[in-house]
Amino acid sequence: MATRADWLLALPLLLPLLACAATAALQSRRDLQRGITAVTAVGLLLASAALVAEVIARGVIASQMGQWPAPFGITLVADLFAASMVAITALMYAATALYARGDTDVLENEALWHPLLAALALGVGGAFLAGDLFNLYVWFEVMLIASFGLIVLGGGREQLDGAVKYAMLNLLATTVFLISVGMMYGLTGTLNLADMARRIPEIENQGAVAAVAFLMLAAFGAKAAVFPLFFWLPASYHTAIAPVAAIFAALLTKVGVYALIRIVTLLLPEGHAWVAPLMWFLAAGTMVVGVLGAAAHWEIRRILSFHIISQIGYMIVGIAIATPLALAGAVLYMLHHIVVKANLFLVAGVIRRAGGTFSLATLGGLWRRDPWLGLLFAIPALSLAGIPPFSGFWAKLFVLKSGFDAGWYVLAGIALATGILTLYSMLKIWMEAFWKEVPEGTPELPPITGATRWLLLAPVAGLGLITITIGLWTEPFAAFALAAGEQLASREAYITAVMGVIRP
Amino acid sequence: MKTSFIMNASARYVLWACVLLSLFVLLRGHNEPGGGFIGGLIGALGFVFHALARGAGATRAVLRLQPLTWAGIGLLFGILAGLPALLLFGEPFLTQQWLGATPIGTTVLFDLGVYLVVLGFALAFVLPFMEA
Repeated sequence: MATRADWLLALPLLLPLLACAATAALQSRRDLQRGITAVTAVGLLLASAALVAEVIARGVIASQMGQWPAPFGITLVADLFAASMVAITALMYAATALYARGDTDVLENEALWHPLLAALALGVGGAFLAGDLFNLYVWFEVMLIASFGLIVLGGGREQLDGAVKYAMLNLLATTVFLISVGMMYGLTGTLNLADMARRIPEIENQGAVAAVAFLMLAAFGAKAAVFPLFFWLPASYHTAIAPVAAIFAALLTKVGVYALIRIVTLLLPEGHAWVAPLMWFLAAGTMVVGVLGAAAHWEIRRILSFHIISQIGYMIVGIAIATPLALAGAVLYMLHHIVVKANLFLVAGVIRRAGGTFSLATLGGLWRRDPWLGLLFAIPALSLAGIPPFSGFWAKLFVLKSGFDAGWYVLAGIALATGILTLYSMLKIWMEAFWKEVPEGTPELPPITGATRWLLLAPVAGLGLITITIGLWTEPFAAFALAAGEQLASREAYITAVMGVIRP
Repeated sequence: MKTSFIMNASARYVLWACVLLSLFVLLRGHNEPGGGFIGGLIGALGFVFHALARGAGATRAVLRLQPLTWAGIGLLFGILAGLPALLLFGEPFLTQQWLGATPIGTTVLFDLGVYLVVLGFALAFVLPFMEA
């Protein structure tokens, strides 16, 4: 029987799939493409909100596509973590689609922008809902293909250069992932994550499990831009046009983090003592390398790209400690980070429009020319650095508290120091772009006016408002994150939802 | 580029032979080796041969719609094949429906969708190279 769960799990994929097909078929009709994207954005937001509500009310839900029973068929499954990620994906789709309406780089390539954006949302949403490893791989591929298309939009040499690096390294990581999927299938005889979680403890050769899991973690680590596999990200992200960079920064690395959390909590819950020290090392390295890289750069998008990496480190801290509180911290951190990071990249795009460049050396005087823009930059920037009362403060607090509770003082100390250096980078952008006088020889651009200004600043303001809301009205978000962390730490609900009641 | 007279004259027939063969493979895939993917590739082969002989412009005229538009239509077919289960029969998405005891069902539509997606993407990839 098609229950509500069947609908709610299918809709977040059906809507972008329909949008992708329809906007690809209607390439020559700009107005229809825009209408379809707008309708899809609203529909996706509503559908994902309903999914979150259902998961809060009923716990983990699962649906077997085509009525092929698990573990043989394609299972879609949503717990609190997955549902919230689907909802935030919908939010990012809506925000970038709105911003793109005012972005000249997109307007020149609009025929392809609409189907590619929908395909990206499809791939990301599918990865969050996939209940088996092979489909996770397929959704990664969907995501990759869409992102290749998106990164070359704008079509210059710089974009192609960035795209080649991005494509090569991501293909390599995906191939490693596919190999590890095959090996895991050989070990357990199943691809379904819930089934695999049940069977892994029964395997005698736990060393082989560890080796394959390590391969898998390496693949997802590269996707998540974790130290020492992060180098593809700063080599490519700064070349993409503003809305593309924003949605990449928001979602792509986070899918890698999501997969890391799934694998570690579902497949490696106990008996693998090497996971925690490995994650400790990765978290510390990622935080430090990211934040130092950002401190060294003087181009806004490069600074922001390196900060993606350092922030990923905080999420890995949550995986390393892996208590319910730490996992809750990782979930809250992801939700906060996606909103803030997308917002910063969108603001960077507006700064380029207003000041003509991304280079801090030639920018200046923006605060006097456009104080609203300054304010809209300050909100995500301070939130990223973890200043109260913004969302970043609570996310960092969760992670730090779980670190101190678990007695991981050194890692918590590194996380604190990273926060301070993050503030330094954000202040650098603020002082150079907004505060100092316009450097001599920088031509004064006409201000952004009219509808374009609204289209560009409305999503920025909306995302800023969410940051403030999480910061000031924290309780429901914190309670949600705690429940999600609880669910991740005890995997029974997930397994039962997928496999049904286990027959004796 | 000057192509041989024989190639030029046979292009149209090879094209339609390929399309017919691809449709046969598509339908054969129902219970035997074949199906939308391989069918789409065979179909695309016919169009590529046509483009080699007559130029990509002539092939685009035969196609009428942009290759990517065909792929979009194929994707829509694939989605449509999965929807009746959800909308009418109260079953999960993609549960295939059959017309009574006949072998005709939503799978045929799904396979046709795959066929068009493969054909569309292959041509969207190849034709620009022939124009460059």
